[in-house]
Amino acid sequence: MRCFTGVDLGSTTSKAVVLDERGETIGRGITNSRSNYEMASQVARTEAFVNAKFTLFRRALSARGGSLGLAEALERSFRQEQYLAQLRLLERCARSELDGARYDAVRAGASKRLDAVFAGMHEDAPLWFLPGANRKSDFFRDLAGTSWQVRAERVAGPGDGGIALLMALYDKAILRVENEAVELGFDANIDPALDRVLASASSDRDACRAAAEEARATVLEDVRSVGTGYGRARLPFPKDRIRSEILCHGLGAHAMFPATRTVLDIGGQDTKAIQVDPEGIVSSFQMNDRCAAGCGRYLGYIADEMNLGLHELGPLAQRATRTVRISSTCTVFAGAELRERLTLGEKREDILSGLHRSIILRAMSLLARSGGVADEFTFTGGVANNPAAVEALRGLVRENYGERILNISPNSIYTGALGAALFAFRDTAREDALAKEAA
Amino acid sequence: MTTAAPVRKDRAMELQKELIASYFTRLSRAPQTGAKTVATFVPGNLSELLQCFDAVPVLPEINALQSGMRKLSGNYISEAERRGHSEDVCTYVKCDLGMFDAGNVGPTGEKLPVPDLLLLSYTGCFTFMKWFELLREKLDRPSVMLHVPYQGQGKATPEMRRYIVEQLERVVIPELEKLTGVKFDVDRLREKLALSVKAEDDLVAVWESAKNRPSPIDGYFGGVYYIGPIFTAFRGTQEGCDYYSVLREETMQRVREGRGPVTPDGEMSEEKFRLVVEGPPNWTHFREFWKMFSDEGAVAVASTYTKVGGLYDRGFRHDPKDPLGTLADYCLGCYTNHSLPDRVDLISKYVEEYEADGFLINSVKSCASFSAGQLLILREVEKRTGRTGGFIESDLVDPRYFSAANIKNRIESYLQMVDQKRAAAAGAAS
Amino acid sequence: MTTQRTTAEITAACEEMYYDLSFAAPRRWKDASPDRKVAGYLPVFCPREVVHAAGMLPLGISGAGDWLEVIRGDAYYQSYLCHIPRSTVELALSGRLDFVDAMLFPSTCDVIRNLSGMWQMLKPGCVVRYVDVPQNYDPEIGGRFWQGELRGVAEALSPLSGIEVTDERLAASIRAYDENRAAIDAMYALRRDRPERAPTSEVYLVLRAANVLPVGEHTALVREYVAAAEATPRKSIDASRVVVVGAFCEQPPLGLIKTIERSGCFVVDDDFLLVNRWYTAPVAGASGGRGAFADLASAFVRSTTPTATMYSPKSGRGRPLIDRVRAARAEGVIFAAPSFCTPALLDQPMLSDALDAAGIPWTAFKYAENTGQFQPIREQTGTFADTMKLWEAA
Repeated sequence: MRCFTGVDLGSTTSKAVVLDERGETIGRGITNSRSNYEMASQVARTEAFVNAKFTLFRRALSARGGSLGLAEALERSFRQEQYLAQLRLLERCARSELDGARYDAVRAGASKRLDAVFAGMHEDAPLWFLPGANRKSDFFRDLAGTSWQVRAERVAGPGDGGIALLMALYDKAILRVENEAVELGFDANIDPALDRVLASASSDRDACRAAAEEARATVLEDVRSVGTGYGRARLPFPKDRIRSEILCHGLGAHAMFPATRTVLDIGGQDTKAIQVDPEGIVSSFQMNDRCAAGCGRYLGYIADEMNLGLHELGPLAQRATRTVRISSTCTVFAGAELRERLTLGEKREDILSGLHRSIILRAMSLLARSGGVADEFTFTGGVANNPAAVEALRGLVRENYGERILNISPNSIYTGALGAALFAFRDTAREDALAKEAA
Repeated sequence: MTTAAPVRKDRAMELQKELIASYFTRLSRAPQTGAKTVATFVPGNLSELLQCFDAVPVLPEINALQSGMRKLSGNYISEAERRGHSEDVCTYVKCDLGMFDAGNVGPTGEKLPVPDLLLLSYTGCFTFMKWFELLREKLDRPSVMLHVPYQGQGKATPEMRRYIVEQLERVVIPELEKLTGVKFDVDRLREKLALSVKAEDDLVAVWESAKNRPSPIDGYFGGVYYIGPIFTAFRGTQEGCDYYSVLREETMQRVREGRGPVTPDGEMSEEKFRLVVEGPPNWTHFREFWKMFSDEGAVAVASTYTKVGGLYDRGFRHDPKDPLGTLADYCLGCYTNHSLPDRVDLISKYVEEYEADGFLINSVKSCASFSAGQLLILREVEKRTGRTGGFIESDLVDPRYFSAANIKNRIESYLQMVDQKRAAAAGAAS
Repeated sequence: MTTQRTTAEITAACEEMYYDLSFAAPRRWKDASPDRKVAGYLPVFCPREVVHAAGMLPLGISGAGDWLEVIRGDAYYQSYLCHIPRSTVELALSGRLDFVDAMLFPSTCDVIRNLSGMWQMLKPGCVVRYVDVPQNYDPEIGGRFWQGELRGVAEALSPLSGIEVTDERLAASIRAYDENRAAIDAMYALRRDRPERAPTSEVYLVLRAANVLPVGEHTALVREYVAAAEATPRKSIDASRVVVVGAFCEQPPLGLIKTIERSGCFVVDDDFLLVNRWYTAPVAGASGGRGAFADLASAFVRSTTPTATMYSPKSGRGRPLIDRVRAARAEGVIFAAPSFCTPALLDQPMLSDALDAAGIPWTAFKYAENTGQFQPIREQTGTFADTMKLWEAA
């Protein structure tokens, strides 16, 4: 099957989207960004192809009348295989790290403790992939990091200086893992995953196996890739296969919601206000200036300051009974203003409500600068997942521009990658048409 | 889009370098030659008048930009900030003050003299006034004000002109006579103004050559070299005339040969984007900044920054028949002395006349005279021309305020947007 | 007025005007008669006498403080520019200034200068006039140019109101403003001499009412306040006497002024809303009988209060400030400049160097009209006040 991929190398996460030959999305993949951009892009792409194969698997399974519950179990089992593959690499890396000269004095003791840590991590591994398991993220570094820490603390005991050594080993080893190629693909890992699921499955076993075989047998030919995102210049792509994230966001948002005319993207490091024409072509855009005030990072800073998780901010702010006016969107001053308000006896949720409003005010200015808010209006980026931010945006848009349809896709994080993939699709289609004309 | 072919230095380029170097040599030797030195600003500079008194101009803006290009400005600015200057204010000023503290060594490596007089040609920039007040406190040298009213209502009035002429006659010229001991000779001024006209004619021909496709020049990055002599010490001189005549000749030759502009990395082989640029460049990363455009095949066909020392291409010429009146007209007509609606008008005309694909604003932190209102200019020019505007932010000589990744990202995004819109328009037309 | 109002009642009325972004007071004035016209002006200077003589109400616009959310205004300004143009544009684009028939933009700095051009584009129906004050103080050169500018302002406004600015009308207006300045001088003198009776947070509000009230009403208001303040005994407080410098254009929020006072400072001189105290001598008769326009021009070139936006022809830029400190018997100076305010911030090192040389202590901070944090400022000015007390004791 001919496929087209888009890769979006962001500052915190890297995303990939796979389109089929009709330009429909069949796979999405995401990983954390890292110093090795090429590796981040490769992992995201592998994940997107895995996801695509599961799409094919599900289609094949449904065609055979199999239950989709089985597909879900298989996917979890497959993730577990991927996790184990990386865990094995982590162990190799940790041990080789320990072989370094600087650990001569502690090697014997540390090696024993490592045995215990890894034994524990292997015990933990299946728990991450139980139905409904509570994972704060799906990235290997987060899951393994949590597991390692718990196990290391248990092995080292409280107050034991050895915990610092173990954590240092983890930090070194995970960096190597993230920058080494591991085979995480569908074709290579599906068999053990399938065996595990089928061992306990009561029905549809043949259908499941056949569907998996069909998915594996389908060759996904990556016809063309287009890269975008902040790290795009570091992708090993020819220049004509690289597009700015502005263009990709515009086109991606247009693909998700075809009536989109204005896009607002608030990411970790920057905010973009984009106007697109009915074809999804960008007609004007504005980005925040070099000052990061009002970006996602600002909320991160506030969360740290309040000792809260990032995802807790929005819901807490929504409990506000009034909105405290916050004048500073400067990340540096936000902490001071926050503390002053708390000292004055303002309620946490009221202040938070004000903080959310203040970052959305910044975005409103950027939108005004780019040409306003037209109908329909699509909101993307990490901050689009924050209900208090969305609520503030909805209100301010209504006050300033009247009623607008506000679109937020659950897949909004993939907007840039989707746009890039569509550029790959369109470019190929144009080339094909030109070739046909010439022939 | 530059070729790797060896860079062939044009004669004009070499001449330009020689001229500027000779100027700095003359300035640094002034204490020996006995020539008086007069600090003044590029917009509204009275080059010909100073020559009538055998005075050598000191141009703090040029010193600051040279310090920026030589990567010295960062330290100078920090030094001024340590001495109590705010982070918020113009970095030209801080760079200049810091340069004095660091020994006042010019680009040729020779120490520059402390100016004997501060001629405050107060044209188009509020900061100029504070700048020379600060220098006066620091250097203990007298200052003389030439107040040039702003064309706030979109025109220069006879009253404004008279005001300037009166200041010249009754304040500036007597001060210069007193300083130099030279009696003012109006005929000498006329002769110099006649030479100015020649250079101005040639420079305009060079600007207008950019109407060709491909443009033989870059009217912004290359343009800042072209304005060097005429905006500094060489307006009204024979050397200045010679330079501009060579420059014009070479430019016309490039037109005949159908060649694009020369960049520091070679000749541009393909002109993909024609842009009008508003705002001063960044000097600390000048070549890197230029390369961001030339690599994409983008050429500036016209710019406003190159008009801060005079809008010759809109018809102004010095008039030897009315020597002081023409100096007044010159001061009044500098780009930064024009109202915002006039600036919108000018940029829109450039976009049309030079058949630009779009226009780009480089908004510099230091310079509110340029920057305040540029976002409205952006919107208005887009509305009037239907062409897309781009917006980037940097600073004149503050290296802390140049984020290469950020600027490159915006330039690329902007050019890709222009490209996409152009392709869509072509698709719709076919 | 039949019953005497207390200082609290007077300042409460002023505070209402201060916070009123619907501009009810000037609207009321305008609505009283269909041919009444209003001319807005920005800091730092406006020849209000000419506006008044044209039968119009000069309306001072000092941004929108910290009680207006700025969205559209922010869309036009980069992060490295000051705040007052943002809130002013917001006021304009939100329709709050639609009753204003003309706008005067003085040559305060490049930001306000360029705002004049923006206004021409954003508000095409409004008469916009850029007012270029002379930086040459020779009566025959700068003075004459300024007379021409003043006549230009008159000619731009008269067609709106239908009232020609005759010499007689202008002379009457000059008298009205001279009286107003005298009343304000008396208020400042009271504060200087008995600062506990006229706290700056009150004086400021009374002064600020000049933005929106007709001059005669404002003069009466100031006199009423001075009389009430003089008659109201208040507890004496031990505080340090300071001069506040740099706040001549974008205004500090009221909370900031109160913060300075509460931290233990008496503000005994300042440069808030300087247009109200622009001249150091009466304007009437300044030209020695050459007419009202000549009086205004002469007063401008001869007796303008030195400030950062005006050129000083001779070195010793800090001299006038030292004189003010001494005249106000102040112990120190607080430099309070708006962020990104080119005139104030470039002026400051010259002034502080002069203070150092004269042995006058100073401290400095930046603010914006919508500053929401006063705690660091309270600590800074409080420490400053304490230090001055210690020096005094030593």
